[in-house]
This record gives sequence, C-alpha cells and structure tokens, in this order.
Amino acid sequence: MDNGLKMFSINELAEFLNVSKKTIRRHIASGKIESTKVGGVHRISMNSINSFLNINKDIAQVDANINKELLRKALTNDAHKKNLFPFESRVPEGKMEDKWNNHKRKINLVSPANKRLIDVIVVGTGLAGASASATLAELGYNVKSFCFQDSSRRAHSIAAQGGINAAKNYQGDGDSVYRLFYDTVKGGDYRSREANVHRLAEVSTNIIDQCVAQGVPFARDYGGLLDNRSFGGVLVSRTFYAKGQTGQQLLLGAYSAMNRQVNRGKIKMYARHEMLELVIVGGKARGIIARNLITGKLERHSAHAVVIASGGYGNVFFLSTNAMGSNVTAAWKIHKKGAYFANPCFTQIHPTCIPVSGENQSKLTLMSESLRNDGRIWVPKKKEDVKKILEKKLKPTDIDESDRDYYLERRYPAFGNLVPRDVASRAAKERCDAGYGVNKTGEAVYLDFQSAILRYGKEQAYSKGLDVKNNSLVEKLGKEIIKQKYGNLFEMYEKITDENPYETPMMIYPAVHYTMGGVWVDYNLMTTVPGCYAIGEANFSDHGANRLGASALMQGLADGYFVLPYTIGDYLSSDIRTGKISIDTKEFEIAEKEALRKLSFFIDNKGSKPVDYFHKKLGRIMWDKCGMSRNKLELKDAILEIKKLKKDFYKNVFVPGELYDYNEELAKAGRVADFIELGELFARDALEREESCGGHFREEHQTKEGEALRDDENFNFVSAWEFKGSESNPMLHKEKLIFDSVELKSRSYK
Amino acid sequence: MKLNLKIWRQKNKDSKGKVHDYELDGVEEDMSFLEMLDFLNNKLLNEGQEPVAFDHDCREGICGSCSLFINGVAHGPERGTTTCQLHMRKFKDGETVYVEPFRAKAFPVIKDLIVDRSSFDRIQQAGAYISVNTSGNTQDANTIPIPKHNADEAFNAATCIGCGACVASCKNSSAMLFTSAKVSQFSLLPQGQVERESRVLNMVNQMDLEGFGACTNTGACEAQCPKGISVKNIARMNREYLLASVKK
Ligand SMILES: Cc1cc2nc3c(=O)[nH]c(=O)nc-3n(C[C@H](O)[C@H](O)[C@H](O)COP(=O)(O)OP(=O)(O)OC[C@H]3O[C@@H](n4cnc5c(N)ncnc54)[C@H](O)[C@@H]3O)c2cc1C
Ligand code: FES
Repeated sequence: MDNGLKMFSINELAEFLNVSKKTIRRHIASGKIESTKVGGVHRISMNSINSFLNINKDIAQVDANINKELLRKALTNDAHKKNLFPFESRVPEGKMEDKWNNHKRKINLVSPANKRLIDVIVVGTGLAGASASATLAELGYNVKSFCFQDSSRRAHSIAAQGGINAAKNYQGDGDSVYRLFYDTVKGGDYRSREANVHRLAEVSTNIIDQCVAQGVPFARDYGGLLDNRSFGGVLVSRTFYAKGQTGQQLLLGAYSAMNRQVNRGKIKMYARHEMLELVIVGGKARGIIARNLITGKLERHSAHAVVIASGGYGNVFFLSTNAMGSNVTAAWKIHKKGAYFANPCFTQIHPTCIPVSGENQSKLTLMSESLRNDGRIWVPKKKEDVKKILEKKLKPTDIDESDRDYYLERRYPAFGNLVPRDVASRAAKERCDAGYGVNKTGEAVYLDFQSAILRYGKEQAYSKGLDVKNNSLVEKLGKEIIKQKYGNLFEMYEKITDENPYETPMMIYPAVHYTMGGVWVDYNLMTTVPGCYAIGEANFSDHGANRLGASALMQGLADGYFVLPYTIGDYLSSDIRTGKISIDTKEFEIAEKEALRKLSFFIDNKGSKPVDYFHKKLGRIMWDKCGMSRNKLELKDAILEIKKLKKDFYKNVFVPGELYDYNEELAKAGRVADFIELGELFARDALEREESCGGHFREEHQTKEGEALRDDENFNFVSAWEFKGSESNPMLHKEKLIFDSVELKSRSYK
Repeated sequence: MKLNLKIWRQKNKDSKGKVHDYELDGVEEDMSFLEMLDFLNNKLLNEGQEPVAFDHDCREGICGSCSLFINGVAHGPERGTTTCQLHMRKFKDGETVYVEPFRAKAFPVIKDLIVDRSSFDRIQQAGAYISVNTSGNTQDANTIPIPKHNADEAFNAATCIGCGACVASCKNSSAMLFTSAKVSQFSLLPQGQVERESRVLNMVNQMDLEGFGACTNTGACEAQCPKGISVKNIARMNREYLLASVKK
C-alpha cells in the first residue's frame, strides 16, 4: 500500500503511536497534526503523521543542543555543584565603584576590521534598541533593526513624559552617583542586583552629555543651563526633562543617531516587521524569523548575536498606559527557547492615570509623575461629601480645606505627595476601597493644583512688583506658570475628560504602567541563551520590585549607548572567524515551520470570537487577581482561570483575512496567545513569592499599618523561571541577591 | 448615538479602493475616534467580516501613527488634536462621517486607511542628525549654555510627530513643514552648526526626490498640524537653504 495515501482514524493513530486518543485530539486542535474531516470524522494522512514526527524530532534535536550548552555552562560553574543558581551573574570582583571600570578594562575586544565581519540583530527601536543599534553601528558592526511600527521613531518610548534621571548634581543639592544608586536600590525594595544598579548610576551622567551633543532640546533655565525637577522616592532634583515630552525628544535623538548609520549603510532598518521566533544554531542564538506585516511573508534573518529590546509586557492587563502594540512576544519566544524569565509578577501600577470611563475603553492615559511636584492628592474626609459630589450637588472646589484628607501628606510626612509609585497607588486604592472614591465607579481621587497656582502666582506678582493681594491676578499669573510646566498634560487631560484642570482638580486612579520583571540577564546583559541579549524594559535587571520615576529612560539609554555595545564584544570576540551565518539550514527551516504552523492555525480556526474578547478577559483576571494587592486564594484561582481561558481561546478565536496579507487581527492573535501563557507564569510567580515587596503586595504579608512586609530571610532572590515545555510546569531557579554596599533595611518614607 | 460612516476600503496597494457605507449605532460620547472604529471593527468581526485597517499605537497623540482624513480634514474637526485624541463628543447623533486615508503621491495606500510614510524616514536619513559618536567622554552637557529662548524654539520645532497631516492637508502635497521643523531644531542649537549647510541641502534634495510638491504658502499645513508646528520654520528653512546654496 502507498503509505502516502493511507488515512488513519484517531483511534488507529493513537494505537499506532501508543498514546491516548486525547493527546491526538489535542495535537489536531493545536494544528500540530493535520487532519481532514471526511463525513464529520477526522482522517489523518501518513504524510501529516510523518511531518508531525519529523518536526518533533527536529525540535527535540534543537532543544537537546540548547540543553547541552546549558549543561556545559552549568558544569563549569562551581555554584552548580553547591546546588545554587545554575548561571553565573558574572558580576565582576572588586569594590562596587570599581567593578564596571575593571570589567571594561578586562573585557575581550573585537578589532575594527573584524567588527565589519559581524552581524547583530536588534529587535526593537525604543530607547534601548535605537541607542544600541546606533552605537553598535558606530563601532563597526553590521546591524539589522526591527520594529513592528511603520517607523522606528514611533516605538513606545516616544510616549514617556516626565523625564530622565542622572546624577549630575547640577542643582548642588547633594546628589551623587552613590545617592542615585542608593535611591534606586531602596526604591526597588532591595530586589535588584546591586552591581547592575551601580553601573547604571555611573553611566547616567554620560547619557545627558550624549543627548545634549545630539541636539536633544532639554528644558533650560534663564541662564541657559539645564533645568531639573523632582520625581517620587527621592529628596534631590535630578530629573532632566523636555516639558511633558521627554521620551519623544530622547527617542528622536536616538532615532537621529540611527538615521546617520542608516545613511552610512551600517544599519538596515526593517520597519513593520515582527519577530516571531528565535533561531538557535549549535546552542547559540543565530537569527530570527520575522513576519513582514505588509505582505505577511515570513523572512529568515541571520546574525552572530540577537539583541531583544522589545519593551515591557504591561498589556497582559489589556488596559494599561502602554501603546496598543506593546507585547511580550519577542521576550516570550526566547523564553521558550531557553532564556529564563525573571520576576514576572513585578509590575508597576502608576498612581496618576486618568480613570477608566467605559466598557469600550482601549487604553489608559498616564498623567506624568512630574505633576506630583505641584499637585496635592486628596479625597473628602466625610462620606456625605463624597455622596454629594457623586450626586453633583457639590463641586470639589466647594469642599473646605479642613474637610479634605490629603492622605499621602498625612501618612508619609517626609515624602508627602512624592512617595514612590507603589506606595502612592496602594494608598489610593485603600481610600477608594474604604468608600471615598470620587467618581461614579468609586475609583478616583483628586490631584489638585490650586495651592501651586496660588504659590506661583504670588511669587510672580511679588517679583513683578504687582499686587500680591489681588486674588484673580495671582491666580492668572499662577496658571501661566503651571501652563508653562505642564501645558501639554493639562491639554491632554481636558481632551480626554472634557474637564478643565486649571479650574477643577484632576481625577486620577492607578493603572498598569511598567514591568520590572523580564528576561533574566547576567552582568553583560546576556540571557541564558548564549548570544542572545535583552536590554531596556524587556530585561529584569535594575529596578527590583519597584521602579522609580524617570529611571526607565535612564536604563534604556544606559543599556543601549553605554553597556551592551561593549559587553557584547566579550562574546563576539570568539566569532571573528565564523563567517556569515547561513539561513539555508535545518534550524532556520524548523523555526520558520513553527512560526508558519502557529499562524496557519489561527487563520484556519473555525472560531467565532474576536481576539480582543480573550485579551479583555485575560486583562480582567490579571487586574482582579494579580493587580495592586494579591492573595494566595485568588492567585490560585487566577492560574485555573487562565488555563481555562487558554483552552477557550484556541477553540473559539476567530481571525479573518489571509496569512500573506496585511492582517492586524492575525498579529494580535499571536500576541494574545503569548500574553495568556505569560499571565499564567505571572500568577505562579506571585503565588510563590510569599512576601510583600515593592509593587508586589501580598495581603498575607503586611504590617499593622498596612505597609508591605518584606521577608529577606526567605525571599532575598531573583525568581528566574525556566520553560519546561507547554505540558509541564516551569521550574523556578533562585539567584540569591547579595548586598555589600547598601544595608538591607525596611523601606520607610514616613 | 448613531453614525453613518463612509469609509475608504482598499485591499492592497495595487487594487482599486472605494467608499463603503456602515451604519453604527451605540457610539458613546466618551469614546475616542479610534475607539469608535474599534467598536465598528468588533461588530464586523462578530459578523465574520474583515475589520477596517488603520494605523495607531500610542493613542496619546505622540507617536504619530494615527492619521485619517475625517470629513475632509486631517485628524478631524478639532484643532491641535490627533485622531486618537479626538473624542466622539465632537460629533452629532445621526451625522455622516467620511473617513479616508492621508492622500499624497509620496504616501501610497497599503490597505484601507493605512499609507506608507517611509518617505519621511528617508528625508530624515538624508541629514537630520548631528554626527557625534557615543564615546562616554563627550563634553559636559552644561559646557555650552543655550539661551532659553533658542532652546524653547528648538524644542517647539522638535515636537513634530511625523504624522504627515501637513502633507495630506497641502494642495501640493508638500513636505516643507515636516522637513523644516527638523532643519530648524538643529539650526537653532550650537551643536547643529557644523553640518548646518549640508544638512539642509541634503534633506531638501531628498524631499524632492520622494515626489513631494512645492510650497506655495497656503498655510494649510500649520492650520491642520496637530502639534501646532509653525510655518515660521519654513521661512527659516528657506533662508538656510539659500545661504547654503550660495556658499556651496
Ligand atoms: C505613558 C508612559 C510614560 C512614561 N514616562 C516615563 C518617564 O517619564 N520616565 C521614564 O524613565 N520612563 C517612563 N516610562 C517608561 C518608559 O517609557 C519605558 O519603560 C521605556 O521607554 C521602554 O523602552 P524600551 O526601549 O525598552 O522599549 P519600547 O520603547 O517599548 O520599544 C519596544 C520596541 O520593540 C519593538 N518590538 C516589540 N516586539 C517586537 C517584535 N516581536 N518584533 C519586532 N519588534 C518588536 C517595538 O516595535 C518597539 O520598537 C513611561 C511609560 C509610559 C507608558
Ligand atoms: S496613535 Fe499615536 S499619535 Fe495617535
């Protein structure tokens, strides 16, 4: 009999392969086994069985290669013998302040002539990816950069508002590298790697010099020097800014540096391209499979190293302040190929966002933290006032000073409205849960600028020799100053809410904003897959359990301009004789098939519900059960619910259109599939971490006053998760954190 | 509220497009314009149809992804506002709303409302940068004070989001406002002086190569720019260009 023609039933095939019928059905549902329905009954051809077995074998072979490499690393590592974390963090020896310089001195270099022979792929053109691409190209590497937007200038970093930190001490207020380092470690609630944070503080000053040299128009004072503002969790003014558009200006700076290299032919830019798979050859990251989002075609791209700069995964919550397209796919795909994922549950919920207004809302809008420099946060003291406000019988401006509860100033007198984000968010939730929320959903508090308007107005009137007692004049002058400082934010607020924040206080509520968790990296920013790096928000390294304001831009640019381009040389120095990496290999073929199989599954699926339906459901589970406060019961529940959602998704999702065409629903389906898997790991991580720290608040672990209770004895580690196949549970590895330069203390902002 | 939508649908760059009619009920005032399109798309998807394709990402008026010609105006009726920041409270119940892509020879349609604006990137690549390497020993940022006025002007020019509304609004499809904003930013800063002349010549040259039209000073670009980029920048660029051409 011609094997190609023989058709099997599910029963026969189960017997033939010695597995259960259920397993076969599952593989059919997931598209791994191709089947044709004849008279409503599944029929499977020998060809499709062969290709199923072959693909699996090839994948197993690739996996084995990765594992061999992991094992080699692990065995050469003493730590492993003591049964500790299987990877070295490669933190250099020596005193904290010398580590980075010593390391740079000892690192292997690649000569300029040899750099020309080396290709590097950078996935992402946000601050991290754009700065890395530009600098790598300046150094002489051949760079290929990818982004899913239509231009690299539109990466999500563009939306950052408030500012970027640097230990310049231009204000002479006692700032220093050490203080920035200390604030960041403390702000992160002692869950970050000390040496990485110190390096970040060291290079922070170079960033400002570099950006000014590129023509980034930072705000300046009348003397023509750079101006600064304050952000939460610190007592100095070290934040550089460009009105409310700092991210835009920094990204356009990095974009211009990229453009210079595109013009020189050193960067090849692939916009509207989405990375779908990592390709590993001989245990090393050697390329990616990307989909051209216009034609829908899959492309193979090879390189000697792959850098992931794909940003954060806040959109796992559906509603967040992230751009609509921000996603976890690139990070998740490398995770499934061997990169550990660290601290997935560490999420930042930002205290000052515009509250949710309706069912059809697609995203949330941040009101920059810089507003807390001048805005005071409050709710009414009396419930009857809350009631009257909701019934529109009272306006917030009618409420007497003495009837207002400035709860942050009350609870944290030392830092007041400028406590770190996690603290401010929880305090807002506490007041709203207690019934003091000031909008119809009960989830809003006031951010009030009236005192600042009067203060600035008086200053102005005084310095101009005008009547300080003339209230309307003072208000007018004050509003002008507020407009100069925050004009675009106020405008944005008014456009969205239709209320004028110069006249009535803003209403705000916490929203998902940033993810501290991400791909685990060593001191060189390399993941646990050799040759694969992760930078910017995509990695986990510098912010511990809570990020301080204006530190993400700093980290993205530090990684991209000043760290990765040098540390990557250490790895690439052994690649100077490798030559071009071919894309006509088995490994590329398998990865491409994998990507194709997943895409075809969605197109062929006979579901009826749009992708967003599932994304919203996932978001609801995450917000309700893994949000601002978490507990064991609900986390367990979340895991079960997400598992159920996953089944429902694969069975019922509907993706219209064609594979080889522009098809946004198809791209979204792939992203949501990865978000669902990440969501489960997220909940698992939150469940395992039986302590409260930073943004991770476990209700079981709090002080009498409701403050977070850390457990340094048992949880002073980075949770690094290893993917063990979609059928098995992931494995937790613990990288112990060692604090030499900062004393482990309980965090207080009182 | 209920809207009569007339939306441009086009399968791909090679096919012919046409306006399709959609009646959409249940639109809420608090929705943004793009949320209204999401709402329509959700309805289409539930009926098993292909959704309308449009570009968007930040939905905060800063990335420049969103576009759309709404009732004949780039980014719709509200001044100084991108489509993603436009809210449905600006429309009336029962209104007919035309939604079309940004049109220009240098912006070919990719699908439905999505156009190819890569010509903008190429203009920037031609010279919109300051040639300084990342070395870690660049001079201290405060070595050269910059008068606040110049810094602010440079900043204002630099707030262009590169959406293309200026081109779409211009009867000549000119990209002068976009190009001049970048030229101005650098010409106002001390760091931008060294390459001042080559920059303007190269960028203007690329602009012409891409097939953008000439400027006839109608001012439509400034009027419809969601970020209020001023036509003063065009005057500044013209001066820069003239000077550079003379010195060449
Ligand atoms: C509203 C808002 C305001 C903020 N304000 C501040 C602030 O004032 N100060 C501060 O320090 N931080 C701020 N942050 C945080 C900060 O903006 C981000 O953490 C930072 O910009 C992330 O930069 P990134 O380069 O890591 O990633 P992103 O800027 O998110 O870039 C990701 C890139 O990866 C690409 N990409 C992703 N997946 C793929 C894929 N599969 N294939 C191809 N390409 C892909 C995208 O196209 C994009 O180019 C803010 C964040 C938000 C949301
Ligand atoms: S979607 Fe970013 S500007 Fe409109």
